[in-house]
Amino acid sequence: MSGSCGRIPPPFPDNEDQEAESDTRVLDSDEDDDDEGEDIFTGARSNPITPTSAPDEGDIFSEEGSYIRSDVHHATNGLHPDEEELDLFTEATVELTLTNTTSQGRREIIGPTASACNTTQVPNSILKPSIVTKTTEELEEEESGDQFELNIAVTNPEKIGDGMNAYMSYKVSTQTTLPMFLNKTFSVRRRFSDFLGLYEKISAKHSLLGCIIPPPPQKSVVGMTKVKVGKEDSSSAEFVEKRRAALERYLQRVVAHPSLLQDPDVREFLERDELPRAVNTQTLSGPGLLKMINRASDAVNKMTIKMNESDNWFESKLQEVENEEQLLRRLHAAVDSLVNHRKELCSNTAVFSKSVAMLGSVEENSALSRALSQLAEVEDKMEQLHQQQAFSDFFILAELLADYIRLLGAVRCCFEQRMKVWQRLQEAQSTLQKKREAEAKLLWANKPEKLQQAKDDINEWESKVSQYERDFERVTCTVRKEVLRFEKEKARDFKQHIVKYLESLLHTQHRLVKCWEAFLPEAKAIA
Amino acid sequence: LLQVRTADSPHPRFDLNNDASLVIDIPDALCERDKVKFTVHTKTTLSSFQKPEYSVQRQHEDFIWLHDTIVETEEYAGLIIPPAPPKPDFEGPREKMHKLGEGESSMTKEEYAKMKQELEKTVQVHEVFLQRLSSHPMFRKDRNFQIFLEYDQDLTVRRKNAKEMFGGFFKNMVKSADEVLISGVKEVDEFFEQEKNFLLDYSSKIKDATAKAEKMTRSHKNVADDYNHISGALNNTAADNNTAFKKHLEKCAEVFEKLRKVEDRMASDQELKLTELLRYYTRDIQAAKDLLYRRARALADYENSNKALDKARLKGKDVAQAEENQKQCLQKFDKLSESGKKELTSFKARRVVAFRKNLIEMTELEIKHAKVRRLKCYVYHYMFIRQCSGILI
Repeated sequence: MSGSCGRIPPPFPDNEDQEAESDTRVLDSDEDDDDEGEDIFTGARSNPITPTSAPDEGDIFSEEGSYIRSDVHHATNGLHPDEEELDLFTEATVELTLTNTTSQGRREIIGPTASACNTTQVPNSILKPSIVTKTTEELEEEESGDQFELNIAVTNPEKIGDGMNAYMSYKVSTQTTLPMFLNKTFSVRRRFSDFLGLYEKISAKHSLLGCIIPPPPQKSVVGMTKVKVGKEDSSSAEFVEKRRAALERYLQRVVAHPSLLQDPDVREFLERDELPRAVNTQTLSGPGLLKMINRASDAVNKMTIKMNESDNWFESKLQEVENEEQLLRRLHAAVDSLVNHRKELCSNTAVFSKSVAMLGSVEENSALSRALSQLAEVEDKMEQLHQQQAFSDFFILAELLADYIRLLGAVRCCFEQRMKVWQRLQEAQSTLQKKREAEAKLLWANKPEKLQQAKDDINEWESKVSQYERDFERVTCTVRKEVLRFEKEKARDFKQHIVKYLESLLHTQHRLVKCWEAFLPEAKAIA
Repeated sequence: LLQVRTADSPHPRFDLNNDASLVIDIPDALCERDKVKFTVHTKTTLSSFQKPEYSVQRQHEDFIWLHDTIVETEEYAGLIIPPAPPKPDFEGPREKMHKLGEGESSMTKEEYAKMKQELEKTVQVHEVFLQRLSSHPMFRKDRNFQIFLEYDQDLTVRRKNAKEMFGGFFKNMVKSADEVLISGVKEVDEFFEQEKNFLLDYSSKIKDATAKAEKMTRSHKNVADDYNHISGALNNTAADNNTAFKKHLEKCAEVFEKLRKVEDRMASDQELKLTELLRYYTRDIQAAKDLLYRRARALADYENSNKALDKARLKGKDVAQAEENQKQCLQKFDKLSESGKKELTSFKARRVVAFRKNLIEMTELEIKHAKVRRLKCYVYHYMFIRQCSGILI
């Protein structure tokens, strides 16, 4: 199995990058790596970038593994006075083979599919299914689980109706081999409140058991109003895309949960043609949900002191969760800033492009004039690249962080549920105690007619106590399992997203190379 | 104390030394506190120099003095005077340097690198200024230029004296020059009419492009900074957590730190070549405009002298004097027109050559660096996957 892990997806998803150039190097599996490594890295003697870069280059290789030989360290390091360069990419295209490591037993959770092309803004490169690379352990794990597949996509947002009563309808498509569904592929149309309704139903049933319920996307009055009013601008298109992607991720998380997947409400949501309108979803959207979660954390804080934990696991885990939430909030703020600055860079580049074009139009030398207008076009392309990168920044990083901040809130809810169950047990135990004391008093006061009642009460409460004890045991066990599952999922999710993000950067750099290579002959043509 | 040896740096150099009889370069510069000391190195075969080779220390103010004396020289009125190099601007790093001197704080690697880059840029513009002078048949013979290159003492005293002498007469003129040009000096010469219109239009467009380029570079640096903040936030995770997730975050922090450098360098590349080129030519276009102003002024003087002559003839007083004045004004104007035409024509050619050279160099630099960045992103991607899979620690 080791051969199939660590495959690198091709960095250049679009066709025009297939170059018919001679040397095509293939970076294959581990076993071949030593030789390949030599081919790819030894020869590369790129010139220093700026003097500032030189001392730093050693880092990535020295600290990160013996795999890459010291040749590489030499390759991108140092001030080489000679101008000769055996640049890796000059002659060759590094082509990476992809073998999709999905063995048949895997339940795939794919990213936004290409069919979401209806939305204008998000470029295709982001919409292509993410190539999931898995470790040996992960694959084996999955194979031992369900032998069935379930893929969900949310696409084709459509505005239904007009004015303030208008709403967006989304197509929810499912592709599955699970026997509990009527068909293998099917789709339905759902609106946002339907998703909220689903959450309400799931929450009512499963949260008491200590499950971590994925929170739905947030309602946005501003965003939706713009759409309703019919503003056909980029910001409302962006809003719709943001929501579509969030709904998709929400569903994917729901079906990734083994017990939720079994829930008939979930099945109905995916399969049934017409759903009754979900009402009373106010409390569950946006601020309502947030309030609920915040109340939960307050309750938990109050209870933590009182609860007598038999093992520290829960206490320290809760603390971890809270710390993590803080970290993610900080991260999210930083990524948000990145997204905004990238958008600024975008518009500044566009503005610059226009001013270069103006300069070109004034220039009297015709060849120079032409070159300047070509330069303006290059800058225009750069603007598009920055735009695409901003999308990656947002959809891959920022939304991931936002999702997990809310998910961590759901985890805290889950802990609160356990607290509630414990409290109920405590109360029952104290009631039982009171009943016993009452019985004792009656015995002492010698009132035989009330004694029977007291004994009945005691029996009732004894059985309640043992019921609640069992409940507490069960919830404790469930919460523990849930948290572990969640953490595994989270680690995998983050890893996948970072990998995707790095892919997007790689893609950007590649297109940059192409841009400038196309411009070079224009610059040389100036006479 | 920061020293830069420009010979070692791959920093782009204009190198206008086209004639071996007078070769000038600035092999290194020293940054002490907030003063920059340039080493000006001259090699010459000209007999007007006493020695074949010189090496002197000069400050930015010395360059300005040289520029100003040339501007004030009547003889050069018909020439495009190479624009004065801008003052070395270290801003933030400058404060750091101060603190360093007082032993207060230490510079980070990044700050040091930024300073170094600024220093190299300023060396370049100062060097180009001198090379423009040395490659021009008239300027290279300038007495003050020679003093600048030869004199082995501090020029500060000389500078002070010079200031008193000249008082910046011509410099003040430039302020109102735009009105003089635009306010419709009747231009008989088609060449100059065209030049005037072209230069005015070009000047505003190149100033605009320069400003927009600078803005673009700044936002790019902001993006780079954000990666830094992200990396910093990632590094602040609780130390006690040893999960796979935590490990991913750590690796992520490392990658983002590196990405910051990638983005930062992208911003710097474009700044280096394109923005610097635009900045330089904004100044050069201004120098060409200054020539037009001086000629326009001479034309105005000539027209005034004509009026004065007519008046004198009318009154029958001081006619000879007025005639002489008129003759001189005409001579001056003709001289300016003749040399001005030559200068502006060669300026065009020079501009096209310089743009070509710089655009090619910039593009080649961009391609080379983008390829390296691409390789890096590829490696980061690959490494991240491997590390997360536990294949590499």
